[in-house]
Amino acid sequence: MTTQAVADPHEFVRAQIRWRWSEVVFWLATLLPFVLAPNYLVLASQIAITALFAMSLDLILGYAGIVSLGHAAYFGIGSYTAGLMSAHGWGEPLTGLAAAAVTAGISGYLTSFIIARFRHLALIMITLGIGLVLVEAANSASWLTGGFDGLQGIHTWPILGKFHFDLYGYTAYSYALIALFAIFLLARRLIHSPFGLALRGIRENGARMPAIGAPTREHIRTIYTIAAIIAGVAGALLAQTTETVSLESLGFQRSADVLVMLILGGTGRLYGGLIGAIVYMVARDQFSGLNPQYWYFWIGLLLIAVVMTLPNGILGGLSLLAARIGKRS
Amino acid sequence: MSENALAVSGLNKRFGSLVVASNVELSLPQGVRYALIGPNGAGKTTLINLITGMLRPDSGRIFLGDGDITIFSPDERVRRGLVRTFQINSLFPHLTALESVALAVCERRRVAETWWRELTAYSSEIDEAHEILSALSLAAAGNRVTRELPYGQQRLLEIALALATRPKVLLLDEPAAGVPRDESKDLFAAIAGLSRDITVLFIEHDMDLVFRFASRVIVMVGGRVLLEGTPAEIASDPQVRAVYLGKARQDLGQVRAP
Repeated sequence: MTTQAVADPHEFVRAQIRWRWSEVVFWLATLLPFVLAPNYLVLASQIAITALFAMSLDLILGYAGIVSLGHAAYFGIGSYTAGLMSAHGWGEPLTGLAAAAVTAGISGYLTSFIIARFRHLALIMITLGIGLVLVEAANSASWLTGGFDGLQGIHTWPILGKFHFDLYGYTAYSYALIALFAIFLLARRLIHSPFGLALRGIRENGARMPAIGAPTREHIRTIYTIAAIIAGVAGALLAQTTETVSLESLGFQRSADVLVMLILGGTGRLYGGLIGAIVYMVARDQFSGLNPQYWYFWIGLLLIAVVMTLPNGILGGLSLLAARIGKRS
Repeated sequence: MSENALAVSGLNKRFGSLVVASNVELSLPQGVRYALIGPNGAGKTTLINLITGMLRPDSGRIFLGDGDITIFSPDERVRRGLVRTFQINSLFPHLTALESVALAVCERRRVAETWWRELTAYSSEIDEAHEILSALSLAAAGNRVTRELPYGQQRLLEIALALATRPKVLLLDEPAAGVPRDESKDLFAAIAGLSRDITVLFIEHDMDLVFRFASRVIVMVGGRVLLEGTPAEIASDPQVRAVYLGKARQDLGQVRAP
């Protein structure tokens, strides 16, 4: 943060949008698993998918202040869309992603009319309710979804007819990482657009927005639909790379987990969801290796420790540290 | 409705048994500077809330220019040119002053739903925001985060946000509330310097400021409009003196000669 007044407002806006070195390093580091941990590429692909899901939650929670405990609904809709297409004989992955984006987007758009009318606690209850309704609907429609047993017979075709999904997760991680990066670029553009500014306005002072002529509900409906689309794509990626879809993909646990990851990483920074997903999933992998039954104990402890010591998550703590070092030098 | 910028007819509002607006009639001609005065609890802020749609009246109509805006939402009214500021700062604490004003400009130009182009592409919006800040001597503070700005500059930013919407009618709810006396003169000088295309109504308790900057004065008491007239008429009205100025003059009388 500069202390002296910068004369040129354009330069200031440009400076905020410019790519930082830390970002470049982060994205280069996402390639490291190929070299350093080739045995963990399956895990890495699941982390990338979860990171995408967490990023979609950040767009509504971190930027527009919409707290959701039912975001897995759209993830699950995406999963089932891609899974069902594949189970019925169309396993082409890219069209699967597109179809998942459409169904999740439509669901998001329809529910956004309810979401845009509420704030805070009411919103938590409503999103929770949407999630629960969907799980039970999917459970009872077992002729379609396979119910409690999950969807059977998913087979994902090679990407572009060339790249087969292998046991080691090489293709899966490449696929998930490319999708994550491409959607990240769009999201990064979004948060630095006039619309992104409007979202920050809603988060900062939603009550003031109508007084500057802002159609707040319209903004909320738009971002909620976009977040649902991204969540749906993440769900489809998981269905395609694991070739399984179960009720758990749209359940409460997944909604709660992604919220925890985002808060761990830090909300409203776009990277918070990514960092949170990495820390959470790696910790879960390690802790469950140590103790398969009680690993949630350690996750709980981690959550308490981070929130108590770093109120704005891991990234909030890091940027505080960077500011302190910057001041000293 | 002819030349009025804003007109209110038969406006009523009650909270339970408390009448906060009773058959309020107003017509503000284009370009005039109005002061809205009255004792605490007279219903001044409530009237602004009713006019801007933040409260729904029990009955009555509100006209902006020729259009009946009674059923419009607050943001629709703003887009049509009816804009207010708040007595207690209501800003965007973590946005910079420039971002806040640029946001209002983008909303007015209907580009705030555009998510696929970065803000840097909107240089005329940024320029306009910068000009608005400059006009209120806030340009140097433009790149500072709102919550770090001194209080007086935050009050100015309230007005800058309103101006960014290009108001036809501007309702200022105690624009100088909490600002030291010498600074509040500057603030009112900025308001007085606004284009005559804008009709201004401000709530203010400081009678010196009212008599200096208003061309007409509306007196409210108990949810009713008691009187409307020029500052001179208001100052000499026995009824007004009794309910409102009387007390103020008594207080002032101890400081100055009556």
